[in-house]
Amino acid sequence: MRLKRKAVITIAAATTIGLALTGCVGDEAADTSNIDCSPYESYGTFDGAEVSISGTIVEAEADRLVESWADYAACTDTSIDYQGTQEFEANIRQLAEGGNPPDLGIFPQPGLFADIAAGGFFVEAPEAVEANVDEFWSEDWKAYGTVDGTFYGAPLMASIKGYVWYSPSEFEEKGYEIPTTLDELNDLADTIASEGDHKPWCASYASDAATGWPVTDWIEDYVLREQGPEYYDQWYKHEIPFNDPGVVEAFDSVGDILKNEDMVGDVTAGLSIPFGEGGLPILDGQCSLHHQASFYEGFWGDGVTVAPDGDVFAFLLPPVNADDPLAVTGGGEIVGAFSDDEAVAAFQAFLASDTWANNRVELGGVISANSGLDASLASSPLLEQSIEILQNPDTTYRFDASDLMPGAVGGNSFFKGIVDWIGGEDSQSVADKIEASWPTS
Amino acid sequence: MRTSDLIEKIVQVGIGLAVFAAVIGLILFLADKAPKKAKDVVQLVVFLAPAIILLAIGLIYPAIRTSILAFSNKAGDLIGFDNFVWIFTQPDAVRTVTNTIIWVICVPLISTMVGLAYAVFIDKSRGEKVFKALVFMPMAISFVGAGIIWRFLYDYRGADREQIGLLNQIVVWLGGEPVKWLQTEPVNTFLLIIVMIWIQTGFAMVILSAAIKGIPTEQVEAAQLDGTNSWQRFTNVTLPGIRSSLVVVITTISIATLKVFDIVRTMTAGNFDTSVIANEMYTQAFRANEPGRGAALALVLFVLVLPIVIYNVRVLRSQKEIR
Repeated sequence: MRLKRKAVITIAAATTIGLALTGCVGDEAADTSNIDCSPYESYGTFDGAEVSISGTIVEAEADRLVESWADYAACTDTSIDYQGTQEFEANIRQLAEGGNPPDLGIFPQPGLFADIAAGGFFVEAPEAVEANVDEFWSEDWKAYGTVDGTFYGAPLMASIKGYVWYSPSEFEEKGYEIPTTLDELNDLADTIASEGDHKPWCASYASDAATGWPVTDWIEDYVLREQGPEYYDQWYKHEIPFNDPGVVEAFDSVGDILKNEDMVGDVTAGLSIPFGEGGLPILDGQCSLHHQASFYEGFWGDGVTVAPDGDVFAFLLPPVNADDPLAVTGGGEIVGAFSDDEAVAAFQAFLASDTWANNRVELGGVISANSGLDASLASSPLLEQSIEILQNPDTTYRFDASDLMPGAVGGNSFFKGIVDWIGGEDSQSVADKIEASWPTS
Repeated sequence: MRTSDLIEKIVQVGIGLAVFAAVIGLILFLADKAPKKAKDVVQLVVFLAPAIILLAIGLIYPAIRTSILAFSNKAGDLIGFDNFVWIFTQPDAVRTVTNTIIWVICVPLISTMVGLAYAVFIDKSRGEKVFKALVFMPMAISFVGAGIIWRFLYDYRGADREQIGLLNQIVVWLGGEPVKWLQTEPVNTFLLIIVMIWIQTGFAMVILSAAIKGIPTEQVEAAQLDGTNSWQRFTNVTLPGIRSSLVVVITTISIATLKVFDIVRTMTAGNFDTSVIANEMYTQAFRANEPGRGAALALVLFVLVLPIVIYNVRVLRSQKEIR
């Protein structure tokens, strides 16, 4: 009798768990009746084929990503399984070597992308993808998906790094002009400093193990502007040493601002203050300028309007001469394929298309360098401005150099060097130290 | 994932478990049916094999592999002692080793002393349980959690802004300028050590308190009759009575301290001259992409832990002989 009762309980428990688990799975049949499938017709249908895709994008961003291709999935009858993990960069190599990679990987670092490509794990990008990239992306962008002359993957989203945040109302009140050259920027900072009620620049760099990275963005911006894109490329590829005079010059130019008490107040304080809080004193009028990427828009908090006539806005760090072409550093993703399945190829081509870019940008929060993108879809004035900068054919775009350098430098010694440099070490010896850490093989 | 997939996966797991049970059952059955002569040996092998195989895969093989790595460069060529030369010559790496030594001297000593004093004072007092719980509670917090809590305590904001760190707020209340605690060397290492002591004191206190209660009352009463004062009782009765527990506490805390990683990682990430061996091992192996140097640091750590473990085992063994 007892045994029977036990059995009943077990079965009941199993049934409950089973029912509970079915709550986790989505069984809803794809309903295509409300969807305009015309943009997706050219991709064909794949009879429920499964495509797995993985990347570092998580949480709300991941939800939007999945939503951006939901219509495609329904119309082409493809089942797309996205897995987002922040450990993607650490794991993808093992997955690839173990023969168990996802069909598609979204790589935030071209350096890692190139590593995986060099390992022979990617399949060459299908023609449709290359056609889309040729149509919608600049040569600069295509180069980041190309390894040793072979094109492997298309870019996805983008961000712009070299923004200087400011308060439009303060600028209007005091009659400050948005600077058009680096010298004008320094003059502006001097003016603000001489007026004496607050320091011109806010700066903070604390970010746990990556403390110091905001300064690497500064250095990259100055190398790109002072020495030009060719030099920048040689720098991250290590065709010139890290302690080359041009790089040291960039350190010194940045040092004139960040290591100058008249510009930032207490120089080393930034190492203790989280980077996310860095620009907030602008809102209280405690400083006027803050250098941080476009994503900083999300850090200002509720109730702060980010607009040319709002509480804060940003201008691009200006070039050396007013008529120099626009040069920006930024980040982005490259999509590489581990499978040559035709459903995977079609989806990869879709991700490189203007349709996808528009879908995703419309959902808000991000931008893309896709030239087929309608800038008016952007969710904020800043993103709209960023899209226009990226789509401008005269803009020189360069990926964040620390993402392009080997991890030993770009993810470690560059940051550590910056911490020492802000702490008081001179530019030359810090550059020498970073150069010494460059992997030999 | 659709329901059919889910059911399929559950069935797969079920089948897997069933096959596993069947195989184990079969092996045990065969071991039982072994010819009488070899029965002991067969059973010994069958029962020990899983543990030995797991040890070999999980401990012995990685240990050998790490040792080989420690003598190789990134390309995998053997380079002799170069990685160790690096550890003991590079100023940053030397600093790491010195910091670890400071840690391993301070933490076990202070937390054991404080824990012991606390255990003695609250022994048989009213509300002993509450007092114990208060000090023991930090034990329940993970090192990372403790690191984050204490980082807030030490947090720094510019003098013109509102302080969010308790310590700096106190300094400001007293009319001082806020201090960048975690950036100020060498104070920062000791501020990190305090966190570890805060956690480990509870552990020392609980073990030592139990040991104190294990001392026979006859001995204490006899000492009292002999006219000892409480300090004499403490040094002549209590301390000898809890010697083995003291050794266990000190060695356990020493080993935990040698391996400390989380606190340093969360609070300073090894910046500002606070790095310790375990943190540097991780940084070199996984961030700087220098597995050889990481492995060499791991080996140094192993060599440092080894004498403590051996001592611990010897003391425990001699205790067993006495019993």
